[in-house]
Amino acid sequence: MPNDSTQSPPDRRPLIAFVWLWVGVPLAYGLYELVRKATQLFTG
Amino acid sequence: MSPPVASPGWSRWLVPPAALSVHLSIGQAYAWSVFKPPLESALDLSGTQSALPFQVAIVMLGLSAAFGGTLVERNGPRWAMTVALVCFSSGFLISALGAATQQYWLIVLGYGFVGGVGLGIGYISPVSTLIKWFPDRPGMATGIAIMGFGGGALIASPLSAQMLESFGSDSSGIALAFLVHGVTYAVFMALGVLLVRVPRGEKPVEGGPSAVDGVQVSARDAVRTPQFWCLWVVLCMNVTAGIGILEKAAPMITDFFADSSTPVSVSAAAGFVALLSAANMAGRIGWSSASDLIGRKNMYRVYLGAGALMYALIALFGDSSKPLFILCALVILSFYGGGFATVPAYLKDLFGTHQVGAIHGRLLTAWSTAGVLGPLIVNWIADRQEEAGKHGASLYGLSFVIMIGLLAVGFVANELVRPVHPSRHIPAPRKETADAERQHSKPA
Repeated sequence: MPNDSTQSPPDRRPLIAFVWLWVGVPLAYGLYELVRKATQLFTG
Repeated sequence: MSPPVASPGWSRWLVPPAALSVHLSIGQAYAWSVFKPPLESALDLSGTQSALPFQVAIVMLGLSAAFGGTLVERNGPRWAMTVALVCFSSGFLISALGAATQQYWLIVLGYGFVGGVGLGIGYISPVSTLIKWFPDRPGMATGIAIMGFGGGALIASPLSAQMLESFGSDSSGIALAFLVHGVTYAVFMALGVLLVRVPRGEKPVEGGPSAVDGVQVSARDAVRTPQFWCLWVVLCMNVTAGIGILEKAAPMITDFFADSSTPVSVSAAAGFVALLSAANMAGRIGWSSASDLIGRKNMYRVYLGAGALMYALIALFGDSSKPLFILCALVILSFYGGGFATVPAYLKDLFGTHQVGAIHGRLLTAWSTAGVLGPLIVNWIADRQEEAGKHGASLYGLSFVIMIGLLAVGFVANELVRPVHPSRHIPAPRKETADAERQHSKPA
């Protein structure tokens, strides 16, 4: 029976990608809206 | 609730998204103005009345961060994020009931008092944990979280406006929008609650620096040191100077170039305000990360010294060059954001990681003070100048001179910051005992 301490830890990369997307997508939407509004300074 | 300890192999890059899920949510507070016009027409309120929930929320933010900091340290980040989730979302749900029944006091109670507690506890909840996970880059780590607070309004503002357009701006439409906000933010913040972990052991990265090396000072002792109060003055002055621009950005740029050949339109002024928000956010992550390289004291020398120079440039040449005016304002706002984001790492340098979240909470009273001081100075002076028959850029000249003076005061306070006297340090055995007692006093 393998010892717990010798087992390699699970691969966290899919979880890392998911959680960064969870916060990144709304932030990207906010930044997109911000850029849209900010361009009015040069076009308005 | 016991602090959740990371299992072996848990990545520290899972912690910033946990912090961001909370800060991006509570940053909605800065988008409250979207609800003001519909509330005023639906419930027959004045502008002052409709601003009340936001003002109460900001006061509660300062109070709960100052008085709840020790509880956050004692119970850990998951407890704090849960409290923030429950309070912030309940605030919206109570407000929804208030709008549906046309009982405005329920909106003040819900969004202002209950939601405000969520803001304060949520704001400080990840700070200590992030610093412990990133002892090599504390400025960058807290910069990511505190950037989220700036980013929250960017998400909420267009989203809330779209909801009100879809649901209607009458009381039932506002109630439905509040309800959707409450539920959505609860789900979004839940990720932070589930994800947050405190590092296992003292070294979160193998071969990296320890999270608990060096000076350790308790929150109770920290507020009795001159270093704490010097930093309080530094933060207060830096925030006041930033708010000086932020508060009147749109009318300011319009007034500055009213008599020029290229006056600024209303939509262009709105674009300027949006650009300032971007600079504020960029400063939070950018300058705070830079502080890991050049040191906290040097970074504040830049914020306060170069900030004063930017104000001087605007006062002297701002009305003759639009690009110069815009550039200086953007730099000032980036310093404003950077000042917020760098201060937790500065506290960590001075007082250690032991109770840095609680100390940060107490320091945020400087923000509340600046929130009153900044707008008061700029608005009061602009009104007096207008009464005296002045117009255009001359409405703001005196305010800018005062801002330069305040930044100079902050600069001196920063120069006075010295390492904390050893008599305030927690002796290693005493700290271990205190930690052990704290662990034992927790329910199993």
